[in-house]
Amino acid sequence: MVRRIAILTLMSGLALACNKPEGEGSKGDEGKAGDPKVTGAAKPASGAAIRIGVLNDMSGPYADLSGKGSVEAARMAIEEAGGKVAGKTIEVISADHRNKPDVGSAVARGWFENEGVDVIVDVPTSSVALAVNELTRQQNKVFLASGPAAAELTGSACSPNTVHWTYDTWALANGTGREVVRSGGKTWFFITADYAFGQALERDVTAVVKESGGTVVGGVRHPLNNSDFSSFLMQAQASKANVIGMANAGGDVINTIKQASEFGLTKNGQKLAGLLIFISDIHALGLDVAAGLNLTSSFYWDRDDATRAWSAKFAERQGGRKPTMVQAGVYAAVRHYLKAVAEAGDEQDGRKVVEAMKRIPTDDPLFGKGTIDPNGRKRHPMYLYQVKTRAESKGPWDYYKLVREIPADQAFRPAAASGCSLVK
Amino acid sequence: MKRWSGRRIAAIAAVVALLVLPHVVYPIFLMKLLCFALFACAFNLLIGYAGLLSFGHAMFFGTAGYATAHAARVWGLTPELSIAFGVVVAATLGLVVGRLAIRLAGIYFAMITLSFAQMIYFFCEQAPFTGGENAIQGVPRGQLFGVISLADNFTLYYFVLAVCLGGFAVAYRAIHSPFGEVLAAIRENEPRAVSLGYHTDHHKLIAFVLSAALTGLAGGTKALVFQVASLTDVHWNMSGEVVLMTLVGGMGTVLGPVVGAILVVGSEDLFTSLGPWIAVIQGFFFVLCVLLFRRGIVGWLEHRLGRRV
Amino acid sequence: MSAVLSQLVLGLINGSFYALLSLGLALIFGLMNIVNFAHGALFMLGGLAAWWLLAVAGLGYGWALLLAPLSVGVLSALIEVGLIRRLRQLDPLYGLLLTFGLAILIQAVVTMKYGSSGQPYPVPSFLTGADNLGFMFLPRYRAWVILVSIVVCASVWVVIEKTRLGSYLRAAAENPRLLEAFGVAVPRLITLTYAFGGALAAFAGVLAAPIYQVNPLMGANMIIVVFAVVAVGGMGSIGGSIITGFALGIAEGFTKVFYPQASSTVIFVIMALVLLVRPRGLFGREA
Repeated sequence: MVRRIAILTLMSGLALACNKPEGEGSKGDEGKAGDPKVTGAAKPASGAAIRIGVLNDMSGPYADLSGKGSVEAARMAIEEAGGKVAGKTIEVISADHRNKPDVGSAVARGWFENEGVDVIVDVPTSSVALAVNELTRQQNKVFLASGPAAAELTGSACSPNTVHWTYDTWALANGTGREVVRSGGKTWFFITADYAFGQALERDVTAVVKESGGTVVGGVRHPLNNSDFSSFLMQAQASKANVIGMANAGGDVINTIKQASEFGLTKNGQKLAGLLIFISDIHALGLDVAAGLNLTSSFYWDRDDATRAWSAKFAERQGGRKPTMVQAGVYAAVRHYLKAVAEAGDEQDGRKVVEAMKRIPTDDPLFGKGTIDPNGRKRHPMYLYQVKTRAESKGPWDYYKLVREIPADQAFRPAAASGCSLVK
Repeated sequence: MKRWSGRRIAAIAAVVALLVLPHVVYPIFLMKLLCFALFACAFNLLIGYAGLLSFGHAMFFGTAGYATAHAARVWGLTPELSIAFGVVVAATLGLVVGRLAIRLAGIYFAMITLSFAQMIYFFCEQAPFTGGENAIQGVPRGQLFGVISLADNFTLYYFVLAVCLGGFAVAYRAIHSPFGEVLAAIRENEPRAVSLGYHTDHHKLIAFVLSAALTGLAGGTKALVFQVASLTDVHWNMSGEVVLMTLVGGMGTVLGPVVGAILVVGSEDLFTSLGPWIAVIQGFFFVLCVLLFRRGIVGWLEHRLGRRV
Repeated sequence: MSAVLSQLVLGLINGSFYALLSLGLALIFGLMNIVNFAHGALFMLGGLAAWWLLAVAGLGYGWALLLAPLSVGVLSALIEVGLIRRLRQLDPLYGLLLTFGLAILIQAVVTMKYGSSGQPYPVPSFLTGADNLGFMFLPRYRAWVILVSIVVCASVWVVIEKTRLGSYLRAAAENPRLLEAFGVAVPRLITLTYAFGGALAAFAGVLAAPIYQVNPLMGANMIIVVFAVVAVGGMGSIGGSIITGFALGIAEGFTKVFYPQASSTVIFVIMALVLLVRPRGLFGREA
């Protein structure tokens, strides 16, 4: 008797199972700092709101260059658009991916499948960005990559759903890398963060070094978020290379530079080259240690009146901290995205929106006029800066002096050479 | 009328609930729960029934994940074969580590499993096929038996459910068998078991390998669900989490690890907005359980109700 | 050659931390039979206290060296009396689990309050600068760390082996009941030992603050290695832990020259080998 009931129950269960309802929506809670909600109940009225998800590092080595500042930058873009586009309200949620691809992709998946998020922004950790890039393509949403550096995003991993804003490893190699080689750095030793970003940066700078007639004599890889660089610096010293290239960022590059000075590395004529430096890093290091460093950036708060005005507004909301280029990129990317949604009309189709983004030329107070290549690469001029000495600086955040502007067509890798299948 | 016993009805109700649940709850979340429940169950086999505390179980969980991910993505194996491969890898690892570790007891056993786990972590960090910090991404869910596509969350859910129920069944059978009785005897008083003529080392090794294999089953399946295999799953934090789950749920009970897994994983997911608070709560409950609640939730329930659940 | 030497010197610095931490751990294990998983968290608390003293109370490094171990020692004593004591009658694995839970709890609370990226702590002004040793520039502060650790470890060893208090400790480790019968307050001795172990860990934390930066997980990464050191040295042997701690630092430094990626794992390989061949460790007594 029980057996019969059991079989009946099983069958009815299977019958229920075979009837698979389409995509679960969710009753999302507005503005709750990213929890991929568990309950999938009634879907929100299809596209009643446009949901932007800011996914980045909120508590680790990249928290200062992106973190809460990026969320604020996105909010500023939304406010400027009046909080609405194409008749729909715009919401923003955020989450911490802790620099782990599994955490990042789980949050992104939950956001897309369960919380009606239409676009993910920022993601300043290349390994996570590559995961989100793939997921976004599968789900036909939009990914505005302002934070990550890996040039693969517009190369071998390019996607019709992704726009790579702000900067990439190729641009950095072409800017800082070339400049350092030009000024005498012929032999190189790399200290590399051992994940997608560091590996990509090392690869691209190595190409530039070799092209310019230099050689790479060695390198060492360190785990992300490392605090003690002494043994790596000793190896760098032992290599006797002209240049010690730091293919890392955020807290890692800060620690490397600080400890290099502790161990007197530059006293024997070796030069430090910071390949990816943000203004937040200079602020943490202080001008006494950082003066003279070369860096490439697409944005500096003090470049012109427009950037100054926006940065002042940003600083007001962020306790006096000026924006980094990643945070500026979030603002500009969201702004352009909203414009594209207004034109394309349907934010549910990621590909369509990105096509619109590529069609409409970009124009914002932070990056000026620009375009987006067919492989998703946003093009704008890059700027080579040098860090001022304490004497030259008039106050906090007055850190850079302009060395050279690299025009947009030269700053980034040509689309034809990117290896992206979208480029015919 | 034993056939109508409360236990049977409860079991049937549970199965029905499990079949229907994905329509109400996000299937990915449910699958995560299932995988971790199996993981905790497998761990419990060792600590609750054989009395061996392993502090390195993440090595089986994560390595199987990598093995399955690699098999599915690079070799293009179908999901059931990829998972099977993961299980074989975990079991083999369990055999090697077990043979070496079983000689030791108590704290030393825990320490040596930890040290092996660290070595495995290092290997996973360095080996090119794992991608290190980049993890193995884009693992295809594939087509079950070559025909049924698992891309849809619902179909995948029923597959995962079947796999995990199968794993539970194996664990259950192992516990409620003569083998399980001997294990319990070894846990209670090993010298006496030896004096009764049992090859205790032999039994402990089998328990270890079985635990490793089931853990591998959980890890491999999870890799397919999330389509990622990463270092997080081989890190010793993961070993600690499964200890927490089993402790909170109740070591040495059948349902304890399941309850523990649901609580721990559930609280993490539901309260991500609380951010760092989760770890505080977890630590707090860990300490609380060790001090006051050593039997865990299910153990305490059983004690109150005066019988096994 | 200079590459090897410089890495060996760096290895000694790490070895100093290993030695200090494993000393405390060995003390606690020898007497209480508990593997104190919370040791890493106490180490971190020491660094945090140093940072707090500087950032909030304006008290510098010298004060930190005194006050941080003191406060963490008091905290440890409270932990022992309030929590660990309750598990005295049970399998020591519960002690391990309890301290593990405590470690998670302490680290989580600190993360919640201060975030996970860490606070910078400056090298004290009287120890800045570096000395040119020829094959490398050795920052003065790191030389200080090595010196202080050797002195502290040696002093503790002398106390344990040569003084009366030390003899009580050793007796309590062997046969607490008998010692109690002789009128020695063994429970108080246990509390003191745990407190002292915690204080030692905190002291190491203060030393580490200018080098590693104060972040909530600075202890978690250390503690696993320190376990291995204690296991290799011999779970209850004080001298064994000290020697193994420094030796391991050197071994790590050596590995960094030839195969840097393996440097963090070489200890586990050694531990696995030692435990399999000589389960009681290099200098341990029969369990």
